[in-house]
Amino acid sequence: MRVLLIDDEEELVATLAERLSFRDIDADWVTNGHDALKKLNNAAYDVAVVDVKMPGISGIELKRMMAAKYPKMRFIFVTGHGSEEDFKEGSEEVGGAGFYLVKPVEIEELITKLDEIAKQ
Amino acid sequence: MIDAINRLKPKFWDYRDAAAGPREQLFNFRRMWKLAIFFTAGVTIIPLIVLAVVDYQVNKNSIESENLLRTARLVSNTQRTISSFLTERMAALDFIAGEKTFETLNDQETLEKLLANLKKSFGGFIDIGVIDSSGTQRAYAGPYKLVGKDYSKQVWYKEVLTGGVYLSEVFLGFRHVPHRIIAVKRDLSNGFFYVLRAALDTKKLDTLLTDLEIGRGGDAFMIDRQGILQTPSVSHGNVLEKISFPVPEYAPNTRVFHGVDSKGKQLIIGYRYITGTPFILLIVEQQRALMEPWYKIRLELIAFSVISIIVILSVVIGMVTYLINKIYVADQTRIATLHQVEYTNKMASIGRLAAGVAHEINNPLAIINEKAGLIKDFIAFKKEYAGDERLAGLVNVILSSVKRAGTITKRLLSFSRNFEIKIQPVNLKVLIEEVLSFMAKEAEYRQINISVKAPEAIQPVESDRGKLQEIFLNLFNNACCAMNNGGHLDISIMPENTDFVLVTVADDGCGIPKKDIERIFEPFFSTKTKEGGTGLGLSLTSNFVREVGGTLSVESDLGKGTIFKITLPYKMNKKIRGMHASITDR
Repeated sequence: MRVLLIDDEEELVATLAERLSFRDIDADWVTNGHDALKKLNNAAYDVAVVDVKMPGISGIELKRMMAAKYPKMRFIFVTGHGSEEDFKEGSEEVGGAGFYLVKPVEIEELITKLDEIAKQ
Repeated sequence: MIDAINRLKPKFWDYRDAAAGPREQLFNFRRMWKLAIFFTAGVTIIPLIVLAVVDYQVNKNSIESENLLRTARLVSNTQRTISSFLTERMAALDFIAGEKTFETLNDQETLEKLLANLKKSFGGFIDIGVIDSSGTQRAYAGPYKLVGKDYSKQVWYKEVLTGGVYLSEVFLGFRHVPHRIIAVKRDLSNGFFYVLRAALDTKKLDTLLTDLEIGRGGDAFMIDRQGILQTPSVSHGNVLEKISFPVPEYAPNTRVFHGVDSKGKQLIIGYRYITGTPFILLIVEQQRALMEPWYKIRLELIAFSVISIIVILSVVIGMVTYLINKIYVADQTRIATLHQVEYTNKMASIGRLAAGVAHEINNPLAIINEKAGLIKDFIAFKKEYAGDERLAGLVNVILSSVKRAGTITKRLLSFSRNFEIKIQPVNLKVLIEEVLSFMAKEAEYRQINISVKAPEAIQPVESDRGKLQEIFLNLFNNACCAMNNGGHLDISIMPENTDFVLVTVADDGCGIPKKDIERIFEPFFSTKTKEGGTGLGLSLTSNFVREVGGTLSVESDLGKGTIFKITLPYKMNKKIRGMHASITDR
């Protein structure tokens, strides 16, 4: 399973990617939407873990753009805010609140979600 | 007594709007009440009093002048009767003197016959006698033995010689009985003369006066010009006594004036000098007796005025109190609404701030979490880091601390999210435990025992999560404030009926005094103003409970504790849903 981590906090995504690699999950990371789209031109990913609030292209917009291009790709939203609108919109986009994580994300929680996606 | 006065006091009586500042007068309901009563009562009662006073005077004057007129009329009529009584008898005697000769009159039988005829035709005669020019009674018919009596030295005899006709005042004479005489003088052809004299029955004249219809305590009598009583009187002495007041001055007509008797009682005195006689007729009436009809009218007038004033005042006070109370309640509701809006805005701002803070903290927290996680991964996955248990322990402490911080930020986010109104199914037990978790630390420090009792399968209520959180947070905070360290806070959730669930929040704190318990849900009612209480907590809580379609009640035992009972509907009715929708649309 290949995972693309997108978050404007570089320290966070880089560490998370490294930690996933310890668990045999191939994870790449970028810090904005444009880089994410560029990454997708060069390689295929099964799951994108996207921060909802990012400068430039927001997580939701990015998801729409990527989903249009790569319909098989699955998404997990991460947010530090968790407002009602974010929650509602995010839930609809990912098809259920189960794929919506609030920071700080527990690695085990993320792995569980990724496993669920893998099973699907 | 003081309790009764306090109960009667309207709600606004002691209200002072401290926040009104220079416009305090606008919200001084007691002053407003006083002004309204003063002016409304003024414009209604003053005209009534003026009318009553005018009516009083008019009636009094009219009855007084009617009394004067009545007395004057009575005096005039009586005077005419007395005058005609005396004139008739004088004319009769004059007629006899002219008709009969001196010789005939000296005949005892003829004289007695004449007396009998006079008594029969006119009445009022006692006797009749003939006195010759030497003053000796020559002939006499009547009950006394007066033949041969010498009258030459009697005053009346001298008077009749001078005037020819004479009507005497009352005197005792030879018979030593008060009597009144009439006498006429007739000249004889031989140069001598004789006097025909008759004594009049005083009782006849007395009866004429006593039979007059005069008021209670009134008196009718005659006096001579020296003030000697000629007829008996009720309260001014007997015949031949002198009256206690001065003889009224001469007037050709009837006169009436006000006087005062020896006891200070007001009198109305009418008098008339009886023409052709030495007598003055006096009718004295007690003003009080004459004014009796007026006293009845006066009592009715005063009673009517007093009853009217009482009714007007009652209606004015009642209406003004009712209206000012309405204004007061409306004002209080307005203030409470304003404060609620202010409070909601404040809480929403705090919510937004909390959400912002949570977000800002979450990112560095997430980095710490990931970095510590990475160190843990190094220990777990890389051989060169493995085995350092102390390091692993330290990392675990970092991770558990991050988890704790994360729980706090999540809770803050959850709270801020709930400032937006949303009707959703809520598990009350979960919600109450969530709210209690905010107070867990304080409860721990103060050793407060908290218990939550709820049925195993609890039916969720359809409600606004944020409002419910506010309600329970306020009630739990109040309970904690009321309790000493080591107190007990017992919360129970149980179905009230098929439509409502009952939540009780019981503490064993200080309790609420009876005098305060009715007011604790009023806005700005606080017993903790010195400690910074706003007096809004329970007022807002009760508003929130109402807004979610529930009820809030309280029972308290001073010194033993307080129980708040909240009922909440399982299903929101349409009206409340509509209300929430309109709030959300704003």
